Amino acid sequence: MTGKTLYDKLWDSHLVKQRDDGTALIYIDRQLIHEVTSPQAFDGLRLAGRRPWRAESNFATPDHNIPTTKAERSQGLEGIRDPISRIQVTTLDDNCREFGIFELDMNDIRQGIVHVVGPEQGATLPGMTIVCGDSHTSTHGALGALAHGIGTSEVEHVMATQCLLQTKMKNMLIRVDGRLNPGVTAKDIVLAIIGDIGTAGGTGYTIEFGGEAIRSLSVEGRMTVCNMAIEAGARAGLIAVDQTTLDYIKGRPFAPKGDMWECAAAAWRGLISDADAHFDRVVVMDAADIIPQVTWGTSPEMVAPITGEVPDPEKETDPSRRDNMRQALKYMGLTPGTRITDIKLDCIFIGSCTNSRIEDLRAAAAVVKGRKIAANIEMALVVPGSGLVKKQAEAEGLDKIFIDAGLEWREPGCSMCLAMNADQLGAGKHCASTSNRNFEGRQGFGGRTHLVSPAMAAAAAVHGHFVDVRDILLNLNR
Amino acid sequence: MQSGLVMPLDRANVDTDFIIPKQFLKSIKRSGFGVNLFDEHRYLDKGEPGRDNSGRPLNTNFVMNQPRYKGASVLLARENFGCGSSREHAPWALDDYGFRIIIAPSYADIFFNNCFKNGILPIVIDRKSVDEMFVEVESQEGYALTVDLEKQIIIRPSGTTIAFNVDSFRKYCLLNGLDDIGLTLKDAGDITAFEKRWKEASPWYFGV
Repeated sequence: MTGKTLYDKLWDSHLVKQRDDGTALIYIDRQLIHEVTSPQAFDGLRLAGRRPWRAESNFATPDHNIPTTKAERSQGLEGIRDPISRIQVTTLDDNCREFGIFELDMNDIRQGIVHVVGPEQGATLPGMTIVCGDSHTSTHGALGALAHGIGTSEVEHVMATQCLLQTKMKNMLIRVDGRLNPGVTAKDIVLAIIGDIGTAGGTGYTIEFGGEAIRSLSVEGRMTVCNMAIEAGARAGLIAVDQTTLDYIKGRPFAPKGDMWECAAAAWRGLISDADAHFDRVVVMDAADIIPQVTWGTSPEMVAPITGEVPDPEKETDPSRRDNMRQALKYMGLTPGTRITDIKLDCIFIGSCTNSRIEDLRAAAAVVKGRKIAANIEMALVVPGSGLVKKQAEAEGLDKIFIDAGLEWREPGCSMCLAMNADQLGAGKHCASTSNRNFEGRQGFGGRTHLVSPAMAAAAAVHGHFVDVRDILLNLNR
Repeated sequence: MQSGLVMPLDRANVDTDFIIPKQFLKSIKRSGFGVNLFDEHRYLDKGEPGRDNSGRPLNTNFVMNQPRYKGASVLLARENFGCGSSREHAPWALDDYGFRIIIAPSYADIFFNNCFKNGILPIVIDRKSVDEMFVEVESQEGYALTVDLEKQIIIRPSGTTIAFNVDSFRKYCLLNGLDDIGLTLKDAGDITAFEKRWKEASPWYFGV
């Protein structure tokens, strides 16, 4: 008998009922909730006269609509200028109160982007099944949890039944062997993967990321990789549990303590794929081949190394892809053959559930320290992922480094990753962004997004165009 | 059996931001999204929630604004339709506008799933057939398709049929309009029994 993958183990341990038609009821340990995809689910419960199956398994925090300037935040809910946004945030507060759900509201120091806050609080634990009405729920797979993004109907379903109706995915292993070169980060790994397998490459699969380069990442870096599994088409990404995972979790508020910790940690050590497990697809990459990545188009798969150039659609043989590339270049205002380092920038965004953790802020600060942002940069935002990340960064003096360099130091939230609040990218403006999606209009109507790592965004801020951060780091270390 | 006028959307990797931009996600309702379906492509200016859309400048180059596709209920699309954000507002917007059936070579997983929860049937067929249909719909004004979910076939105007697969549980729910939650709660006994076992085996998920 062949062994089991980590995904197989998580699936099997949560299988409530397998139906003859291939669907299964999977027990859900944790549901994370934010204000955008939950109001209709709570309404559904109310209409049907239902209560949550296990209210204490739910954990809420508002993030998408939250303003990020100090002036706005100091006024609490009143600081949300857009009345429709404010209603959405107060609706979450009201719903959590009515249904007895734990919430870190916008005035709580622990509030932040739900995918940053969950792990930070220990609400994300290895071996759990986790859902959230948000596609970037895949982030939590970095801790060895099976985490899916779901729609609002499913949010309601999980609240009412503690279960998700699912068909089992196939298993994919992406193994990144060897060591990363200096200046190359988790973000570059995952962008390179998406560039390789495409945005639909992982559709129908759960992707486990493995190999020495993944194992060498911190939990923060692992979260960056799993966060973008959805950008490769996979609803869930996974990384096996190891000492790094356990060290990260120990002592967090929602994590088990004392004897319970010892028992849990012993069980979690088994959350790895067996050596003889079968994967339906295996992709192998060499970490040494990965160089800093920059997206040039309107899909995360439209990505090039910093040493590359904007490709020519006319050389693409597939007609559908060719059309997509043409549309993307038109939208982005770029011409084939332009060197990536010649792309001029107007804005910088350092934040989002992909890259707003302390390690991301440290990496960006190291690059801008003692420098100034270029004159052509109109707006440069640094938005920490949570109140606690912000506090930690301030304790380390990172806020001062950013402010001295001319960047704005903001309050936590999703901010300009999707621009549901007031932080928006102007039409035609090019933005170096540490977020996860470069879709048309994503960061603002007509805005042009280039996805990069925090260090690359910081380097671009200083130079006003993309540069190879490896060169800067060489100078820093000299 | 459903028949409907077909609207082609000749573009791969249509994401859910394309289907319904983020500013409309501020609504706490499930309805009313149809007027903002494909908002950034359908109109020339930036849309805002709560705004009257009747006076907005239309992008006449966008397929949806061509009079021949008015009233379409079948959307013909390309690969990886519905990728990106999990927002169920995307199928809500498609449904509210009047689309009941989508035909494409492939979909993103979360979107595909969300469609069934809202009575929309996303059909997967091979790329060659999709290519043929794009040619047919362009050349024949009033091009309509009939979909027989029971028999799992698409009937083209020529009378030829294309078979498609659909998960039997989802088909059953679509045909009978069943409430997922009600169905799952029939298994409440199994869920409770599982929960009891799981709590004994892994009490750390039930603490604090």
